[in-house]
Amino acid sequence: MIVVILMMVGLYMVMSRFNLVKKLIGLTIFQTSLFLLYISLGRIDEGTAPIIDASKDYAYSNPLPHVLILTAIVVGVATTALGLALVLRINDAFGTIEEDEVLLEKRRDYSQHKGGEG
Amino acid sequence: MMSIDTALKLGILAPLITAILVPVLSVRANWRDAAGPIGAVITFIAALHVAGHVRDGGTAIWTLIEISPGLSLTFKVTPLGAMFGLVASGLWILAALYTTGYMRGNHEKHQTRFAACYAIAVHAAMAIAWSGNLLVLFIFYEILTFSTYPLVTHKESREAIKAGRIYMSILVGTSLMLLLPAIIWVWITAGTLDFTDGGILAGTLDPSYAPWLMVLFAYGVGKAALMPIHRWLPNAMVAPTPVSALLHAVAVVKAGVFTVLMVIVYIFGLDFLAATGASTWLVWVAAFTILASSIIAMTKDDIKARLAYSTISQLSYIVLGAALATAAAIEGAALHIVMHASAKITLFFCAGAIYVNAHLNKVSQIDGLGPRMPLVFIAYFLGALSIIGVPPLGGSWSKFLLMAGAVDAGLPIIVAVLAVSSLLNVYYLLEPVFRAFFRPTNTEIKVDRHLLTILPPVITAGISIALFFAVDLLTPLTSMMVMP
Amino acid sequence: MSIITYNLPALVVALPLLMAAVIALIPSRRVAWVLTLMTVISVTFAAYGNALMTIGASVSYELGGWPPPWGIEFITDGASRVMAIIIASLSLVSTLYAKPLIEKEIHLDDIPRTYAAWLLTIGGMMGLVMTADAFNLFVFLEISSLSAVTLVAMGAGVDRRALMAAFNYLIIGAIGATFYVIGVGFCYAVTGTLNMADLATRLPEATSAPVVVGLAFMATGMMVKAAAFPVHMWLPAAYSYAPSAVSSLLSAVATKAAIYVLARILFTVFGGLEDVTGLIMTWVLIPLSILAMFAGTILAIFEHDLKKMLAQSSIAQIGYITLALGIGTTATVTAGFIHMVNHAMIKGGLFMAVGALAVTLGRRANLASITGLGRAMPITTSALLVCGFSLIGLPLTAGFISKIYLISALLDEGQGVITALVLLSSALSVVYLWKMIEVMWMRPAPEGTKIQENPWMYGPVWVLAVANIIFGVYATPVVALARDAAMALMGGGA
Repeated sequence: MIVVILMMVGLYMVMSRFNLVKKLIGLTIFQTSLFLLYISLGRIDEGTAPIIDASKDYAYSNPLPHVLILTAIVVGVATTALGLALVLRINDAFGTIEEDEVLLEKRRDYSQHKGGEG
Repeated sequence: MMSIDTALKLGILAPLITAILVPVLSVRANWRDAAGPIGAVITFIAALHVAGHVRDGGTAIWTLIEISPGLSLTFKVTPLGAMFGLVASGLWILAALYTTGYMRGNHEKHQTRFAACYAIAVHAAMAIAWSGNLLVLFIFYEILTFSTYPLVTHKESREAIKAGRIYMSILVGTSLMLLLPAIIWVWITAGTLDFTDGGILAGTLDPSYAPWLMVLFAYGVGKAALMPIHRWLPNAMVAPTPVSALLHAVAVVKAGVFTVLMVIVYIFGLDFLAATGASTWLVWVAAFTILASSIIAMTKDDIKARLAYSTISQLSYIVLGAALATAAAIEGAALHIVMHASAKITLFFCAGAIYVNAHLNKVSQIDGLGPRMPLVFIAYFLGALSIIGVPPLGGSWSKFLLMAGAVDAGLPIIVAVLAVSSLLNVYYLLEPVFRAFFRPTNTEIKVDRHLLTILPPVITAGISIALFFAVDLLTPLTSMMVMP
Repeated sequence: MSIITYNLPALVVALPLLMAAVIALIPSRRVAWVLTLMTVISVTFAAYGNALMTIGASVSYELGGWPPPWGIEFITDGASRVMAIIIASLSLVSTLYAKPLIEKEIHLDDIPRTYAAWLLTIGGMMGLVMTADAFNLFVFLEISSLSAVTLVAMGAGVDRRALMAAFNYLIIGAIGATFYVIGVGFCYAVTGTLNMADLATRLPEATSAPVVVGLAFMATGMMVKAAAFPVHMWLPAAYSYAPSAVSSLLSAVATKAAIYVLARILFTVFGGLEDVTGLIMTWVLIPLSILAMFAGTILAIFEHDLKKMLAQSSIAQIGYITLALGIGTTATVTAGFIHMVNHAMIKGGLFMAVGALAVTLGRRANLASITGLGRAMPITTSALLVCGFSLIGLPLTAGFISKIYLISALLDEGQGVITALVLLSSALSVVYLWKMIEVMWMRPAPEGTKIQENPWMYGPVWVLAVANIIFGVYATPVVALARDAAMALMGGGA
């Protein structure tokens, strides 16, 4: 349930916010929901951490999803880092990180281009 | 004596080599302009050789490469192809000479590009004539379209570019949207695309689909200029006259009707058509096109526009003959390719000669010009008579056979259509002659004499007469088409 | 088998990834380019070698020696073979072409890192097509996407709009990838495996609801990456504002890799669930593909900027390929793969030619600025013409082969209406190409002398133009490879 809520919150944020940093936050929330989904898959009722102890007969959680999610988290971090780097460059180039204002600036570029060609 | 293989390769490659040599030789205008006629003569000799070989019952096949399994680039000369090859290469000799005179007389720009594209167009026409299957035919059909585009838009004026757009959109559009799927349809039903005596569709294609396939072919071949996809042809008349003469009276449009004929004879097969009646609708469309374009032609004052509509009408004679699908009609249609080519190129040569020498292009302007350009107008008169179908000119044979074919098919009304159309021809083709000889002269018009523009129409007019007497050289080929 | 030949499948992936790290540290742009080129050449040799060694077979490679389904498996079968060859060949040509353009369009200090990202993209895509592990695929997907985003952002040196394009590409791409992983999660939940072949055998036995949800998520995610309509919005901006060299690389191969994965999912992984995939293909993939064909073509007709025009045209071309997949017979899938190969050559060549025009002009190439260039830059523009003819499928070019195979496959299925739509859209594509041709050749050249053409730029363009002709005249190898690919995909599920 939490997974679905987080997923929707994240997606909504990506789509509805104009602020680029907020978009990235939304993306991160969206990805976090994915992590939770996987972790919940690995859970087994009454299970314990998957550290094999031959002397006792435990039920272990499935460790594979954890490993996968470690990878996914790395990917997520890389995505966020790249996104933030881009936001910085956008701020340098356009002087704003609000998407609608960037669009305005872009339109100005476009009309300059057209004007230049006569 | 060269072998048949050599002749076949030479006929296809000589125009291509000419096209390559033209830019190389362009440092000297004389060398460049000699390349065309010399290439044409070589091509014609090869075509003669091939035609003779085929007439004697020989085969000529050249497989270039297999594109992918089941699809190969193969040339194989059919009797009809042999005839079309003769026409295209033979008239190219005269057209090449004429082109030189016309382009120099008019001081046109980009003569090298013009000559190169011209030779490529002839190359494509030869390859179409001798194509061994529908794929090769389609490939060179497209090459023909694209190589003639720079010729149509040669003047690069706004009007020429607009005409070029119409030209391309109709020809490329129809071929890609209708002809190509038709070919693929044949491929997946019959499993082959080879031109085969008696057709390949009998027994493989569901007869109820046959009329639809025929629609795809008849309208896919935009170059046959059936109404209502004829508009590219009058538009193409913005091209310099040598283009109109060889390409839009002979090579391009004849490639169109040639395709229709090939499809009917060697893909559908006459028996299959007779059994399914797939081409009955085409008879009526062709008949309508004949009459409607004749009537439009009467209203045109521009000589070339008038000739263009006349061409549309005459092309439909050939389509009509093909669609009747009786032996006599097919023979008539095949002969008409030759007869109309020699006659119509004469008319265009004359129109061009009038333009170059007197700078006139309207019917209403040429009053009294006849006595001052007698050779040109006599040639014009003979060409017109041939198209009307008066003996002793070549056109009478084909018209006679077409009428006989219509009777065979049990459609006497078509005979009436042909007769009415001939009357209309008399009016709109002969009007310029009467004006030129029987109206008072406008002495202000200056008349030059560029020999290279006057001689070719005289020669082609002579050919039209010769064809009347020498038709027996061709009839073995036409009868092989219907009775293999 | 020697150790090298045995490890070829891993080499094609690992080599570019490793070399990327090295190249990022090299200060000299020359050395960086030479190293990149050498890497790509080796990868090409490896890809071809691997293909030759395994021809006609399906060879599995266990990464790290762990046997599947536990370890990660790389697979060389008909489909991944053809993809690896496309990616390697086009990367090689693009790398050759990249040098003068990257030096002109990208800030000097950034060049070595650009090459690093370049190699990461190539390595990521190679991994994408080689891997047989659903989760590993996600990792490669992200490696290639993130580095591609970086490359697109490098276009900011010329046009700052590249940054926004890259940002949107990043966000949309990340969402697509996440969708894909969610789908994988569902499948994993019911089957407990991530190996594709293993999934294919276990999925039909599993409970259906999560499987269907998983399929929907995976397919949606891949469609985003493949820029299938209507989730293609990132593509036109990203391709048109990216540096020219990058546009040519990405347009030639990036979406193809995603389409390949889509095909893998539909035909191999879920091959046993034909009723479900059939529904998706009939009611989602085919209608969307048809819309894409028309939307892309029509937008391209009204576009003035050449790179955007080509990008819109890519949307339409992707539509043809996904349509072929959607019909889902061996013949149409073969046609789809043929078109993937051919379109890579066509669009790669077109983007390269337009890039060469833009760099030579020193401004964006649009219908106004290329006026008369047909005479001023005859060598580049005639290559553009050849690739353009191939795009509209004229005979004797590769595009024609795609077209006849696609149409004959469609007609064979009795899909008359769809055939007519395909023909209509391809005829419309003549219109935008013609606009280009008219302004280039039918208008007088701009004042000034003849423009000097750089052989480093037009050379690679001509390589692709000639390839278009060769594979238009002699298509047998392409057809055979594509047929192998279709058999490998379709046969795997049955």
